[in-house]
Amino acid sequence: MIEALTSFLPPILADHAVVLAVVIPLSLAPVAAIMPNGRLGWLVALLGTLAAAILTLSVAGDVAQNGIISYALGDWAPPHGIEFRVDALNAAVLILVSALGLLGVVYALPSVADEIARDKQSLFYSAFLVCFAGLMGVASTGDAFNMFVFLEISSISTYTLVGMGAGNDRRALTAAYNYLILGTIGATFFVIGVGFLYMATGTLNMADIAERLPAVQDSRVVQAAFAFIIVGLGLKAAMFPLHLWLPNAYAFAPNFVTVFLASTATKVAFYTLIRFVFDIFPSDAPFVQVSFLWVFAVLGVIGMIAGSIQAIFQNDARRLLAFSSVAQVGYMMLGLGIGTMAGISAGVLHLLNHAMMKGALFMALGIFALRFGVRQISDLSGLARTMPATSVAFTVGALSLVGVPMTVGFWSKWYLVGAALDAGWWWAAAAVIISSLLALAYVARLLAAIWVGKVPVHRGEEIRSRAPLTMAVPLWILAAANVVFFFDLSPVLELARAAAEAAFAGGIR
Amino acid sequence: MNPHLVLRVVSKLLIPIIVIFGFYVHFHGDYSPGGGFQAGVIIASAVILYALIFGMDAAREAVPAWFVRAGSAIGVLIYGGTGFVTWLLGGNFLSYDMLDPESTHHAGQHLGILLVELGVLTTVFSVMVVIFYTFASRAPDIPEGEW
Repeated sequence: MIEALTSFLPPILADHAVVLAVVIPLSLAPVAAIMPNGRLGWLVALLGTLAAAILTLSVAGDVAQNGIISYALGDWAPPHGIEFRVDALNAAVLILVSALGLLGVVYALPSVADEIARDKQSLFYSAFLVCFAGLMGVASTGDAFNMFVFLEISSISTYTLVGMGAGNDRRALTAAYNYLILGTIGATFFVIGVGFLYMATGTLNMADIAERLPAVQDSRVVQAAFAFIIVGLGLKAAMFPLHLWLPNAYAFAPNFVTVFLASTATKVAFYTLIRFVFDIFPSDAPFVQVSFLWVFAVLGVIGMIAGSIQAIFQNDARRLLAFSSVAQVGYMMLGLGIGTMAGISAGVLHLLNHAMMKGALFMALGIFALRFGVRQISDLSGLARTMPATSVAFTVGALSLVGVPMTVGFWSKWYLVGAALDAGWWWAAAAVIISSLLALAYVARLLAAIWVGKVPVHRGEEIRSRAPLTMAVPLWILAAANVVFFFDLSPVLELARAAAEAAFAGGIR
Repeated sequence: MNPHLVLRVVSKLLIPIIVIFGFYVHFHGDYSPGGGFQAGVIIASAVILYALIFGMDAAREAVPAWFVRAGSAIGVLIYGGTGFVTWLLGGNFLSYDMLDPESTHHAGQHLGILLVELGVLTTVFSVMVVIFYTFASRAPDIPEGEW
């Protein structure tokens, strides 16, 4: 399907699409910052994400047809210069980030206007564009140090974005500060690891490192680099037990920021983990093999059960979904830990699906918050009567999170359990099922409040309300995606399989 | 009689020199130590010195807040714009040689580096001054008399 997308752009755009998809949003960020009001800032952000989405489609089509794209920035040939390198694995991540970025911005306008101080709105969109460009950059670059720079670009702007929730709730400031400290530790660990790799191989280009590593894989330096990089990226990806920054950051950030972060930021960090574990480090080295079972799989399983249990006991709706995100990261980690082609493709599949579910859920919560200031689960009471359409979309996302048939979440679990059983890991398959039952418990709390809770009454009349159209459309696109892809999973599955094949082939080498 | 007469006279002498030194560091950045970042910090330090000696109001008059806010954005645009120009001239993003393809001694490289460093200078200078203004114009938590 995606092959049909090639060459719909003129060569001057198509040949440089991979770099333009990052630098156009990055260059529009300062433009948004000097806009006089939030509406114009929003327009600039919309332009930036739209351009990035179109260019990414062209990149993805190109990758599907011609294989790996390599772009030498400033004509400095790799491995000496900085290289942008895209294969099927990061093409899938780029599609995810740009699509969710675009939908998020379409959704953002009323929500941001409501939550962010008037004179800060254009700066807010500017920070968002920086964050977006940073994530796109992480997913595009083929240079390990450049990846660190982009990670920091996206993280630092994320701290700002989370902190801007302070207008609603001052706790956003401590949440952002916690995130800043832990995120910086993560970035530091990552760059220490990259430094060790540089020491061992004398290069920063990821493909070049991958070529040189097998010769020196027995050295302690390389093994220490592996440990540092896994911990650093694990912090960014909110891998259990490094997830402590996540619940508060998601719960107190402005609603739009939560929508965007939940569906992209941890996904991009997860992509970098796959890239390092499979492509850069020799995946057959003993110390990497050991990490599959004892780091990714075991921590993934503990994470998905612990995260789900913690989610059950939350009273804040967004905090509940945030703990559920910790559990979902566990599923992806398990997919990575299984370490077979089926495992990786199940992990990537869940990565894409989870973005659709959580995107829809947080969008619906954002609409509830805009209309009724909903934060607690008890506030959701009776919303099915008050805002029926939005409630239905929320319900679709919630059911998908549990993984009931007719939603795309079902396939996530199906392939993950299948991959675990193929590898003979019956305990992992059992954990997935137990975690799904726990998910049913916390989702039931949300849905019970919405569908059977007491309908709010004002002067003897039931309150009615509707979502603003620009917020409803992205929500419905995501909610519909959750259902449509159940019946025809092939486009998503194709992306995930191609990504897993690319990771497995050591695509970057 | 102002008690800070010596400070005032000396800093009036020094500030122009600091600024010129900043530009020196910038324009030599392509083949000797230095560059846009250092130059931006040096020039910003001139403004900060001016604010310390002559007060915030005088500094705000000389370098208005809107100016530095715009500057912090324009610097990034200069940097990115250089990349876009080389792209439109038919090269890869930021391939400076496109700026002067006929040159036999890589004049394009020099020009390109100076341009992106000018962007860095503008942004670093502006951000330094913005940070200083923000902190300097905060009302103290404890009123002056109550120390």
